[in-house]
Parts: sequence; structure tokens; C-alpha cells
Amino acid sequence: MTLVQRRKLKGYIALTLSTLAALSGLFWLVFIIFDVLRHGITALNLDLFLEDPAPPGIPEGGLRNAFVGQLLITSVATLIGVPLGVLGGTFIAEYARGTKFARLISILSDIMVSVPSIVVGTFIYAILVKPFGHFSGWAGAAALAFIMIPVVLRTTEDMLKLVPWTLREAAFALGASYFRVIKDIAYRAAATGILTGIILAIARVAGETAPLLFTSFNNSYFTLNMNEPMASLTVTIFNYAMGPYEDWHEKAWAAAFVITVVILVVTVVTRSIIHWRYKN
Amino acid sequence: MKRFFKLPAADIIFALISFSAAFTILTLIFSTILVLYNESSLAIHKFGLLNFIFTVDWDPVREVFGAAASLYGTLVTTILALSIAIPVSIGIAIFLTEISPHLLRTPIGIAIEMLAAIPSIIYGMWGLFTLAPIMADYIEPALQRIFGDIPIIGKLFEGTPMGVDLLTASIILSIMITPFIASISRDSFNLTPDIVKESAYALGATKWEVIRDIVIPYSKLGVYGGIVLALGRALGETMAVAFVLGNKHQITPSLLDAAATITVTLANEFTEADSDIYLSSLFYLALILFLLSFTVLAIAKFFLLKAEKHYQR
Amino acid sequence: MRKITAGVLTAGFLTVAVAGDTINGAGATFPYPVYAAWAYKYYKETGIKLNYQSIGSGGGIRQIKNRTVDFGASDAPLKPEKLEEYKLYQFPAIIGGVVPVVNIPGLKAGQLRLDADTLCHIYLGDIKYWDNEKIKKLNPDLKLPHKDIKVVHRSDGSGTTAIFTNYLAQVCPDWKNKVGAGKAVKWPVGIGGKGNEGVANYVKRLRYSIGYVEFAYAKQNRLKYTLLKNQAGEFVPPSIETFKAAGATADFDPKKHFYLWMVNAPGKKAWPIAGASFILEAREKKDINKKVNKFFKWAFEHGDEIAIRLDYVPLPEELKKKIYKYWEEHGINP
Repeated sequence: MTLVQRRKLKGYIALTLSTLAALSGLFWLVFIIFDVLRHGITALNLDLFLEDPAPPGIPEGGLRNAFVGQLLITSVATLIGVPLGVLGGTFIAEYARGTKFARLISILSDIMVSVPSIVVGTFIYAILVKPFGHFSGWAGAAALAFIMIPVVLRTTEDMLKLVPWTLREAAFALGASYFRVIKDIAYRAAATGILTGIILAIARVAGETAPLLFTSFNNSYFTLNMNEPMASLTVTIFNYAMGPYEDWHEKAWAAAFVITVVILVVTVVTRSIIHWRYKN
Repeated sequence: MKRFFKLPAADIIFALISFSAAFTILTLIFSTILVLYNESSLAIHKFGLLNFIFTVDWDPVREVFGAAASLYGTLVTTILALSIAIPVSIGIAIFLTEISPHLLRTPIGIAIEMLAAIPSIIYGMWGLFTLAPIMADYIEPALQRIFGDIPIIGKLFEGTPMGVDLLTASIILSIMITPFIASISRDSFNLTPDIVKESAYALGATKWEVIRDIVIPYSKLGVYGGIVLALGRALGETMAVAFVLGNKHQITPSLLDAAATITVTLANEFTEADSDIYLSSLFYLALILFLLSFTVLAIAKFFLLKAEKHYQR
Repeated sequence: MRKITAGVLTAGFLTVAVAGDTINGAGATFPYPVYAAWAYKYYKETGIKLNYQSIGSGGGIRQIKNRTVDFGASDAPLKPEKLEEYKLYQFPAIIGGVVPVVNIPGLKAGQLRLDADTLCHIYLGDIKYWDNEKIKKLNPDLKLPHKDIKVVHRSDGSGTTAIFTNYLAQVCPDWKNKVGAGKAVKWPVGIGGKGNEGVANYVKRLRYSIGYVEFAYAKQNRLKYTLLKNQAGEFVPPSIETFKAAGATADFDPKKHFYLWMVNAPGKKAWPIAGASFILEAREKKDINKKVNKFFKWAFEHGDEIAIRLDYVPLPEELKKKIYKYWEEHGINP
């Protein structure tokens, strides 16, 4: 074989392997989603959303308390996490732009984005569960907010930094205060980006289980009282999947199906919006 | 600072509010370390640092706790997951940047990112119900047949193939972290200036040679950053692993054995630790994990920052 | 004006009523099926919710110690000294049996015979294959495969484990010396499942496995339980009769806060691994305890059929009376 032929052969092998790698990535994705769909769709029925759980072994009941609990906890977490994240990101992208402080916060936030979520759970347990003597929806929401803040902060910072400085200069030239500039110019321009960042953070947090395990804990009943332990979809999937009852497994798959579909759709849609809007 | 107080009131208030918001990041980090340290102080005083890290025993009855078994599981699953994920992810990145037709790039890219968006508990469930039986019935016995008799490697595949073990957990973990390495690598590869690649082509290089000798070295830093980031993520992963690891505090050479990681130990035992020293030891584990992943993620960030500077040249 | 006042008062009343209408308990997975079934009926009849989380006896003890729940449940009774230290009350609520379950294709429930020796050494890892001589000797008529025994135990702090290991420690000196008894022990072999649910799940999925679960879990999940040789030398199946026979010789003493292990009971028909599951209450929370005990009084009076249907043994009448007196003496009578 000539040298050129050998080089070409190596090339073909390497590129074929790369293609196989990509295909395998796709394969796992399709496999997992297909499995979730297959198992989940059979157990999907209206009762799942309208009924509360029945005792183990009785194949009736639903997961209404878990769906509602998940919504409540995620909403409260969003109410806490998003303002802190957006305001924090605004500060380091605007008032403190270029300072060492901004750099520090940015780097630390990036690190906090990927910190083990179960450790967050233990931290919140120590400060919001133990001192109060009971698990609560508030503690669960706090744990999720802890995770959300750095995510939202970073995306807000990035989106604000994408807004050309000249836009702000124009407003300053007209005599506006920095606050007005941020409110009316920067936020307006970056709105889509910031919003999608928020939505992605919500999607990320809605799928978390570990931080809720010992904060909001679990509740076999429907409750709107955040002071009580609260059921959540993810923790319920965990408990049901680990248990032996067939009807629990079915419900777990159905819940998994719902969560997966919602999160995937939200993620794909918002990422497409970002691609389309910021395609440069 | 003087200039600050000449600002209109709205600015001062807003600046202060947003400053406090930004400051929460610092508050969160420091209070986490402080609180975790406080809660683990009982265990720290009883077991010390080195002793705790190297003790294998995890015995709630005799109240002797050591992190060695959990650390071992954490490290093995992470390293094994990375070994599988890195070549696959680089392959995916190469495919996306150099091989794939332009039309397919966005859809496949989105597909890979969807893997990252799937909640980890779904991975766990799927692992328990679908992957573990396949591993137990087909793949692990096959591995045992092939490698079982080879002297040293055989030890890796000893024991009863239950499907609920280090190997299955590592495989699931590798699928989970692949999108991180793949998308960061893809972004890094894309930043290679076309002109450098074209020069290589002009010299007669094949596509693969351009990738191997131009693109990959150029994007080294970004790829390292992605890998270390995936490492940080893998260290902290709980739910994907909890279902299929077997929850056994032991150090075992066999990949077909059950084990424990720090995260899974916390998930399983936190609400049930009934003695103060037990709970304190769990907090100690959490503290170790937090500091460990924080350090790893800081290293990842370091690489990524250097990569940014490198590309801006 | 009056309408507004009425509205506010009703809202206030409802909030208070709703807020006060949940009892939070946590602990043993052993009695979870029966507590959940009782709670379901109790809610239908009284509107009061009993939120019970089955996280293992260790968890139950810890949660009630920290007063993060209204009551804890544990199959491992606490010694009177510990009850003094943690300031807790304790009384039994239900009796059940821990049964070994196996998953051997072709074998049906109640076919495999095991005794203390084989069970002990399987869990010690000394007996590795299903066709081991000792197992074959007990089962001359069964065709046992030459397959590894996949051992499943608990990964969490479990009263079921405490009952199981207490039994092994009593009947098997090797176990006593090498491992000991407790809610969580250093298992020589096997994988850990979380809760009775987790063990049942693993045994169901892994062929050639063995585990130990509370009988209700075995029945509800159609797991294949084994026969065990008891102290009297008889091979008995797990059932209400054999659990009851074990309970017949149990002497619960209210002065010791009912501390008692029921394992290795004498009696021809006694199941060797029976146990009671206990309720733990914080001494200073008199009002909460009254609410909790109201539930259990209801269960003692109306819940026997449910318990039997789920293959638990309701407490004998004399024991219930002792418990009522215990409540009275400590001022926590509902």
C-alpha cells in the first residue's frame, strides 16, 4: 500500500468511527425516549392527574398531589431564584462591568451551576428543616432556588453583554440615568435571551430529584400548604420506581413520560429561539 | 465611590439591590461550606481527615464511619464513565463539525443537547428497568466469558452478573456526560480558523489529518475544559446512579460488583441516619464532595478561560 | 359587613381545620402497607390525613428524635434506657413476619425449605450455589440449579433487618461473631435495596436471588417465600397462623415500654422470624400524641380485618388493653 493510500485508509477508519459515535449518541437518545414513551403512554390516563395516591398494592389512584406539588415548588423556587439571578446578572453586566468583582461572581456562578444538587439538599436541610422541626415545601423551593440563581445569573449576564454598548451610549447621551438605561434599553434588547435563560433554568430545576429528597420530602396526600412536606413528581418517580408494585412502576413511567416530554419540548423550543434570534 | 453618590436615587437603590443579588453567590458558597463544616464537626473530631478518607468501614452499628468505600465508588464510576464518554464525544464533535452535511448539523446538535436535558432520574429509571436486565442477561456474562480467564483483567469481571453494579452505573453516567463534552468540543472545533485548516488542505492533508493535527490541537484547551466539566458533573450525579449501583459500602476490584458513591450514600441514608455521629458523618461526606467538585469545576473553568483568551488572539 | 366577617371566619376556620388535619409519621417499611391501608380508610371516615413515609426504622427513630414528625415507626424496639434518653414513648401497633424470598425459575412459593444454618451461611457468603449440599439435603425432591446465589439485603437503616439479624444472631453463632445484629450491619455479600420495597423489587428482577421482606410485600408482589425450620424442628410456612403462634408466647411488658424481640419463638407452629412493629412518640407533645393515638385506637378497634387481609397479625386483645392502660398512665389517651 502506498503512503497516500495508508493515510486515506486511516482517515476513512477514523471518520467512520466518528460517525458511529454520533450514531450511537443518537441511538441512546432514541432508545431512552422511545422506552419512556412506550412504558409511559400505556399508563397515561386522566385519573393520573385527578386522583391522589391509593395505598400500595391497590391499582387505583393517581399522582395529582405530585403534579401539583411539583408545580408549586417549582413556581416558588422560580419566584425566589429568578429575581435574584436576573438582578445579580444585571449588576455584574452593567454597574460592575469589567471589575474584578464581576469576574469573580461570574466565575463562581459558573462553578455553582454544576455543583452536586444533593449537597444543596443537605445544606438546605441543615438550615431550613432541622431548625424548624419538619420538612416543608418551602425548603424544597429554597433548594431549587439555590440551583437556579447561578444559572439565571449567568445567562442574564451573557445576554446583557450581547447588547451593543452603543445602544446604551445613545441613551446616556440623552441624559438617562443608568437605571433607566438598563430598564428601557438593555432589558428590552436582551428580553428574549433573558427569558429563554429563565425558561431553561426552570426546565433544568423541574427535573431535579436529589435536592428535594430531604427538603420537601414527600406526602401521600394532596396539599397546598407549603409548610408541610410536599409530594413532587421527581421524588415520587424515585420512590415508585424503587418499589416492587407493578402499578407503581406504571405510574412512575407515566410521570417520567410527562416530565420528559415537557422538559424536552421546552428545551428544544427555547434553544431554537436562541439559535434563530442570535444567529451570528 | 464618590461618583456613586452623585447618581440619582433610583440608580443607588437599584445598584444596591442588584449588588446584593450578585453577592448572594458569595453568600451561598460560604454558607454552604460553613454549615456543612459545622454539621460535620462531630465526625471530623472523631475521625479526623486522613483517617476518615482511608477508612473502608461504614458501620452504623459500631458507629465507625469512613469515606473510602464511597470515594472509591465515586472515582471508579466517574473515571470509567469518562473513559467511555471522551472518545465517543470527540467522535460526535468531529462528526458534527467536519463530516455531517450542513443541513443535519442543527438537528443532530439539538438531539445531542436533548440528551443533556433529560432529567437524571429518567436515566436512572431507564437504567434499572431496561439497561440492567440487558447487562445482566447478555452483556455481562459475555464479558465474563471473554475476559474471565485472563489473569489480571479477569478480576474486573468476577462475581455474579446482576446488572446492578459499577459497570452499568458507569455506562449510564457516560451517556449522561457525553453531551457536555460533545457540545463544548464541537464549539471549540468550530472556532478553529478556516484559514489554518485551508493551509493544511493546500499542503495535501486528508480530512482526518487536518482534524488530528490542526483542529484538535488548536481546540485542546476547550476540549480539556469540557472534559473536566463533565468530570465535575459526573462526581455529583445522584439519581442516574442510585438505581443501578447496588448500594454496598465496599471496595471491590470487580466491575460487576455493587458499590456506593458519596451521592448515592447520601440519597439512601440521609433521612435514616439515627445517631448523631451517623448524620454527622454523612454531612462530612457531603462537605468532601462539595469541596472536591468545586475544585474540579474551578479547574475546568480555568481551562475554558484560557481557551477563550487563546481564541481571541 | 357581616358577609365579610363570616367569610373571613370561615376561611380562618378552614385554614386551621385543614392545617390541623394531617398527622405526619415516618419510619419502618415493614408495616407500611397496613398503615397506608388504615390511613386510607381513616381519611375516608374522618377526613384526617395520616401522611406516613416509609423510609426505614432508622429513619423513623431519627425523625422522631428530632421531632421532625409527629410519630416514628420502628420494627426494632428501643431499649428503655434509650427511650429515657430520647424522651419517647413506645408501643406496638401490629405483628408481622419477615420471610426469606427467592427467585428460582421453576420453583413455586412455599416449596424451598431452609433452616437457620443454610440461611445464615447463604448470607455469610459461605454457601454460594443453589445446589449446595446443605440446601439439597433439606430439599431432596427439588431440582436445584448450579447457579450463583444472588444475595439481596437492605441498604438503609431497617427494623426488618434488625429482626432478621437478631434471628440469625440467636440461631447461628457464626453470624453472631462475624456480623452481629442491628438495623444496618456490615453485610458480607450481596447488594442493598432501599426499603422492603427495594429488596422486593430486586428479588423480583434478579433470577436466582434471595432476599428477606415483610410477608405483605412477598404476597403483594407474588414473591416466592420459603419454608423455615423453627425452634421446635418443624418446617413452617409464613402465614397468619404461624405468626400468631409466634406471638402467643410473647410477653410484652408496659413497664419496659413493650421492648421485646419475637424471633426464634418456641411453639410447634411458630414462625421463627416474627416481630412487632412499634410506634414512637415524643413525650412532651401531649396533644400531638393524643391525635396519633386516636388514629391507632381507631385502627385497633376497626382495622383488624384490613390487617388480616394484608397478612399481618392484629395485636391480641390483652395487648391492646395493656396499651390503652399505658396511654392512660402517661396522659396520652385520645
